[in-house]
Amino acid sequence: MARAMTLSQKILALHARLDDVCAGQLITADLDMVLGNDITSPVAIGELEKAGIDGVFDRRKISIVLDHFTPNKDIKSAEQCKKCRTFARRFDIENFFDVGEMGIEHALLPEKGLVGAGDLVIGADSHTCTYGALGAFSTGVGSTDMAYGMATGKAWFKVPSAIKVVLSGKPAKDVSGKDIILSLIGITGVDGALYKSLEFVGDGVKHLGIDDRFTICNMAIEAGAKNGIFECDEVAEAYMKGRYKGKIRRLKADEDAEYERVIEIDLSRLSPTVSCPHLPSNVKNADELGGIAIDQVVIGSCTNGRISDLRIAAKVLENRKVAKGVRAIVIPATNEVYLQAMREGLLETFIKAGAIVSTPTCGPCLGGHMGILAEGEKCVATTNRNFVGRMGHITSEIYLASPYVAACSAVLGHIGTERSFKK
Amino acid sequence: MDIKGKAHKYGDNVDTDVIIPARHLNTSNPEELALHCMEDIDPDFAKKVERGDIMVGGENFGCGSSREHAPLSIKASGVACVIASSFARIFYRNAINIGLPILECPECSKEAKSGHIIGVDLAKGKITNETLGKSYATQPFPKEIQDIISRGGLLKQLKL
Repeated sequence: MARAMTLSQKILALHARLDDVCAGQLITADLDMVLGNDITSPVAIGELEKAGIDGVFDRRKISIVLDHFTPNKDIKSAEQCKKCRTFARRFDIENFFDVGEMGIEHALLPEKGLVGAGDLVIGADSHTCTYGALGAFSTGVGSTDMAYGMATGKAWFKVPSAIKVVLSGKPAKDVSGKDIILSLIGITGVDGALYKSLEFVGDGVKHLGIDDRFTICNMAIEAGAKNGIFECDEVAEAYMKGRYKGKIRRLKADEDAEYERVIEIDLSRLSPTVSCPHLPSNVKNADELGGIAIDQVVIGSCTNGRISDLRIAAKVLENRKVAKGVRAIVIPATNEVYLQAMREGLLETFIKAGAIVSTPTCGPCLGGHMGILAEGEKCVATTNRNFVGRMGHITSEIYLASPYVAACSAVLGHIGTERSFKK
Repeated sequence: MDIKGKAHKYGDNVDTDVIIPARHLNTSNPEELALHCMEDIDPDFAKKVERGDIMVGGENFGCGSSREHAPLSIKASGVACVIASSFARIFYRNAINIGLPILECPECSKEAKSGHIIGVDLAKGKITNETLGKSYATQPFPKEIQDIISRGGLLKQLKL
């Protein structure tokens, strides 16, 4: 009789070919996908070269996405991408995504059907935890892990304990996945889930679309978590249908699985939420920050650059104008999202409102390019981190929020929601 | 003592964006990265750090991005060991995987100040703050992890 396990532990046990695993156990497990981007892959490629390893374990199970500093912002980043390109060509990496095919990695991989329920995925990018929305165990690692994974198809893991997050009720008006995860981080703090899994359950889950779930799992890392995960249900299956080529494995946590902590969140009681500088845990009600004037709004990123995010933002900006003195930058996460937004007329809405629409890129989120902040400037961003200097000058400030709050703030010229619009 | 050096003390939640800001991630050359290590919270760090020094942080050290450039820049700056109350998990694995010694020790982390002389015996997991005349015991790594560190990193001796 195998011991009771959490959902995350079950996926790890399956991939370590063990009947069961327990928290704290060190295991080596088989990987379904190894991911890297134009910042982390060059280091991994360099490590493989240094170690004299001339080959990869499976050219179909590696994804390299050039999304951070692309289209290349300077010569050095062009060289980094060139290194990835040469490597991908040499080893015939099937899932290599260059400009024209690329999107922001954590929106792109699910969209291309490269990750699915029951999979074990590592990525040399901290927001790899996003795929938990589909019922996968996915986690961020560094370049050496990526290199080892590309060479062997394996990684070492310390089996995590878990926090159960019980979501109940129907989300209040204008509350989306972003408000849910920011509220949770407000409860746990930025290290409250350190080394642990966040497992999302409860009757509130059925009210959450797949994009909300991607956003929630995406920011599990901002609570310190190793992974965030939802059980695969009809919503996740419907998303994977026609995309994911693997076998969907609908695993469940055991009824008597042990959790270190249970956190209950009533979605009907949440309100639009903002994380103030300089930690994602510094959460406030969006309507209580009315006095804070802003210089820039960014709507996009692996957290909130999907089609439902753009729909929400466009609905706010329809027949309205971005406030004078505010630069509004909209970044569809992938070309598929871009095309869909174009078909629905969302891009026209953005441009008519006075926003700009960029090609897919991580760009401004990490202070790379396409929207860097000057000294003392303030930005409302749908991105994931508001650390000191993250988006530019060390005295600049980032307020993390949902696409709804970001779009409202763009119109207002200060942080707020439609409640502050002139009637 | 394996390691002995001057402490450079920082607070809680030292994130990878301040360890090595993304504007410098267009290179992966460790020596170049080291020139910018900690520059957003301690602009003089690269100038004052000496080989063998110890970096001391509070809770959740290394939180944020998965960039291995963070531990690489610390290692290349000459820091011989990082001591913190706790580490963010990706930083923790990255440090192990590249062979940068790290130790979790909340007590030492709280009591150490910049400039204190700290010695570390990695095999025994023993830390000594010579300035305070105080020793601390830390939890040794599990054997599997010690093996990675003693090999000099995850990819060393990997044969295919």
